[in-house]
Amino acid sequence: MASVNLVYFAWVRERIGRGEETLELPDTVVTAGDLLAHLKTLGEEYEAALEHENVIRVAINQEHVDHDETIAGAREIALFPPMTGG
Amino acid sequence: MTAAPVTVRVQRGDFDLATEVQALSAGRHDIGAVVTFSGLCRDEAGTLSALELEHYPGMAEAEITRICDEAINRFGLQAATAIHRYGKIAPGENIVLVITASPHRQAAFDGANFIMDFLKTSAPFWKKEHGNDGTAGGWVSAKDEDDSARDRWSD
Repeated sequence: MASVNLVYFAWVRERIGRGEETLELPDTVVTAGDLLAHLKTLGEEYEAALEHENVIRVAINQEHVDHDETIAGAREIALFPPMTGG
Repeated sequence: MTAAPVTVRVQRGDFDLATEVQALSAGRHDIGAVVTFSGLCRDEAGTLSALELEHYPGMAEAEITRICDEAINRFGLQAATAIHRYGKIAPGENIVLVITASPHRQAAFDGANFIMDFLKTSAPFWKKEHGNDGTAGGWVSAKDEDDSARDRWSD
């Protein structure tokens, strides 16, 4: 088990119902995609937030990553929708 | 590596275009072109009372800095400034400012365009609409044309 800080933004944050949390992750969670799949097993709020997994963006230690990126060594993992700034 | 100065700020308050241009060019005699782009909040034909901008503190600054550094290297810019506001912004107010400087105009135009295209698609900001009828509207959806605008730079 590894402990990781998760942060959520915009409608991902609203649907999960919190902006951040620390979770213990099982060793089977290796990639960002694995993390999304794991979170969806934790409750319906996660299922609602991550329903369309392919649109969810992931950042590890404040840098964008693809879903197949390993989360090993991550201090902070952020999940959020496509960005709409500017 | 780049020696050209990059100024990046993410702030709640407004900014002043003239002040920021002055700060970027003060004391220099090598700059021949300065381009400024500012993005404002539209009222969407009177239906919108405010935009609320959420951001990812830390990553927002880091990502915009990465984009500016890339623009400086790609276009040979002499300086770049990018300021993005967060919080509630009313129609007519400023949201974002990009300033680029180069010896000749084309690089400054292209650099500002490049920075905005990547800022819109990869800087962690999200807009929520507040309606004139008092309703908190939905989150603004990302647009395919913004992805297309970004992707044209990869040719």
